[in-house]
Amino acid sequence: MRSTSRRDFRQYGVALRAMLIFTVVLGMLYPLSVTVVGQVALPAQANGSLVGADGNPATAADAVGSSLIGQSVVDSDGAPLPQWFQPRPSAAGDGYDAAASSGSNWGPENADLIAAIGERRAQIAEFEGVTEAEIPADALTASASGLDPAISPAYALLQVPRIAEARGLAESDVRALVESRITGRDLGYLGAESVNVLELNLAVAAL
Amino acid sequence: MDGWLALLQVLTLVLVLAVLYRPLGDYMAHIYTSRHDLAIERGFYRLIGVSSRSEQTWPAYLRGVLAFSAVGVLLVYAIQRAQAVLPYSLGFPAIPEGLSFNTAVSFVTNTNWQSYSPDVTMGYAVQLIGLTVQNFVSSAVGIAVAVALVRAFALRKSGTIGNFWIDLTRGILRLLLPVSVIAAIVLLAGGVIQNVNGFTDVTTLSGATQSIPGGPVASQEAIKIFGTNGGGFFNANSAHPFENPSAWTSLFQIVLMLAIPFSLPRTFGRVVGDNRQGYAILATMATLFVVSLTAITMFELGGAGTAPQAAGGAMEGKETRFGIAASTLYATATTLTSTGAVNSMHDSYTALGGMMPMLNMMLGEVAPGGTGSGLYGMLILAVIAVFVAGLLVGRTPEYLGKKIGPREIKLASLYILVTPTLVLAGTALSFAIPAVRADVEGTSIWNPGLHGLSEVLYAFTSAANNNGSAFAGLTANTPWFNTALGVAMLLGRFLPIVLVLALASSLAAQDRVPATVGTLPTNRPQFVGLLIGVTVIITALTYFPVLALGPLAEGLQ
Repeated sequence: MRSTSRRDFRQYGVALRAMLIFTVVLGMLYPLSVTVVGQVALPAQANGSLVGADGNPATAADAVGSSLIGQSVVDSDGAPLPQWFQPRPSAAGDGYDAAASSGSNWGPENADLIAAIGERRAQIAEFEGVTEAEIPADALTASASGLDPAISPAYALLQVPRIAEARGLAESDVRALVESRITGRDLGYLGAESVNVLELNLAVAAL
Repeated sequence: MDGWLALLQVLTLVLVLAVLYRPLGDYMAHIYTSRHDLAIERGFYRLIGVSSRSEQTWPAYLRGVLAFSAVGVLLVYAIQRAQAVLPYSLGFPAIPEGLSFNTAVSFVTNTNWQSYSPDVTMGYAVQLIGLTVQNFVSSAVGIAVAVALVRAFALRKSGTIGNFWIDLTRGILRLLLPVSVIAAIVLLAGGVIQNVNGFTDVTTLSGATQSIPGGPVASQEAIKIFGTNGGGFFNANSAHPFENPSAWTSLFQIVLMLAIPFSLPRTFGRVVGDNRQGYAILATMATLFVVSLTAITMFELGGAGTAPQAAGGAMEGKETRFGIAASTLYATATTLTSTGAVNSMHDSYTALGGMMPMLNMMLGEVAPGGTGSGLYGMLILAVIAVFVAGLLVGRTPEYLGKKIGPREIKLASLYILVTPTLVLAGTALSFAIPAVRADVEGTSIWNPGLHGLSEVLYAFTSAANNNGSAFAGLTANTPWFNTALGVAMLLGRFLPIVLVLALASSLAAQDRVPATVGTLPTNRPQFVGLLIGVTVIITALTYFPVLALGPLAEGLQ
């Protein structure tokens, strides 16, 4: 009995020493090494792929956002601004709150979700001046992160006439810009085609 | 079109895993059977006070596992409680007691269930010295237990099963850490962040302010996936663009999470001296994986249900850059392993599509399962399959020359009873205790009706199987769920480990009986079919009634 408890005690001593050493190696040295590699070799990515108003990589001081993080383009009342391409609906905070990533987690039969989809469909149809049937699914649904940086090519092209009108540009120019900005599938078959909304908006502002 | 592209994506995955199978499996066999210690390991053993030449009996091996895990729980608990005074904590306060307990247990048991939203709860100090560390060590503990069982099949008349401290250390230093360093850098190149900047406020196009988070994410992401842990740095987990920026990083993560579990059968075959035994286990795992993946992808592309029909596609809770096929592949990989990371929100899947992750976990996470836990779970089912076959033909069952007698079959039977008991009891108690039910229905459940039951069932399935994914609408940061899920995670992790190590001991103690014409060959397609049948039937019989009340009812209404 006594030898058992002594063995137990010894195991706890070994366990504690092992855990403390692992904490230093795995919890401090390892992340520190990766941080050094990131900051030296890949600083733009390591710091969040920030972009400036000119569409080029930027530092924190003159960034207008991150090319990986979607953002709301609405007025102070929450109404969509007609001169910008609109992103998907978002469940992160009040919408694209990058400090509170989240999906809606509404289930397929949830009455709130069904109602929200109907309202969004009517609102987008009116805003864009299109029929309700033309609106693609991504425009009506919230993403998993609430920070989805992209929309489908279909939703981007749907917004072209309204953007052209609001900015006084030729529709064909805006359409050509969108088409040039479609990100293909990785390797040609991974994921889905998409358009990065912030990068597209910066490009359309420079037209 | 979508279907063909989805198939190409799967073929790519199969090809990469096939290329990894032999070298990674052989390397792991080498790590866990080598008599040679690296210089750095010898130094480490001296510091912690163990001898690399000493072998442990199964109770001693188990005491090592339990002591190490208990220290882990206490340490992670203490770190969270001390968050207010730790540096790099972003000003977040100490984590409350109940949540600290749940989170400590969750990360030590390789579950990584998160009752909290990390974005607004966890500072960098807790993430690094608490959670990142457990991501490594909990995974290494799982592999250690699995290799102890594997070696036991090869041992003869042995009273010992190996040394836990050696297995733990080698798994971390020779496998998990080096691969994680490389994986973290690959993820960094893909856009995953790695900094200690805190929040960066930017003025957006519309003149509003957006707080862009920072954090040492890539280093944690690598081991979160490679160690089949799954706890996100951010609330949105691998759906967050800073954790998983593109379709190729998503596939890279899927390869990482499947690499060890799908290669361990090779390690098994190698150690027991018959590679075809490994192929039989691999074929079983791969078959279940492909069937499950096909089902969920068809359900989601089909987009049944009122909301997906109204929207014109099941895109609620899915990211544009992934689309449907890359989301369902991730969902399948994460729940057929013990990972639990998500790149889409399972709660918003179609009813039958959302049932598949649950079903995957209910299979016992054996196709291919978590790092280590998948292989030992599948070997337990193989023992049961051999026993069933023995009953059918009236012979004493054997597996790899070891007799499957009353003691072995008792241990295996107890093993397969543990998680169903925890899942069904936990779910039932959530609705049977009046005060708890009021709290569960009033506070925790997010989607009303049948889907609400599914949320609770998913939570206990995830916790007891140490997965960690969720129907995340459920508010789990309540006294009931923090406690009940914490207990389910603890028992769901350590009771099976006790039984596996006891089984390892009784196998190691036996001599090897020579195969005769009456021996069931366990390396042929016939056995693969039997093993698949046993796995599916056990799961179906256990869980069909409760699935009928939740996702099946919702999907068929």
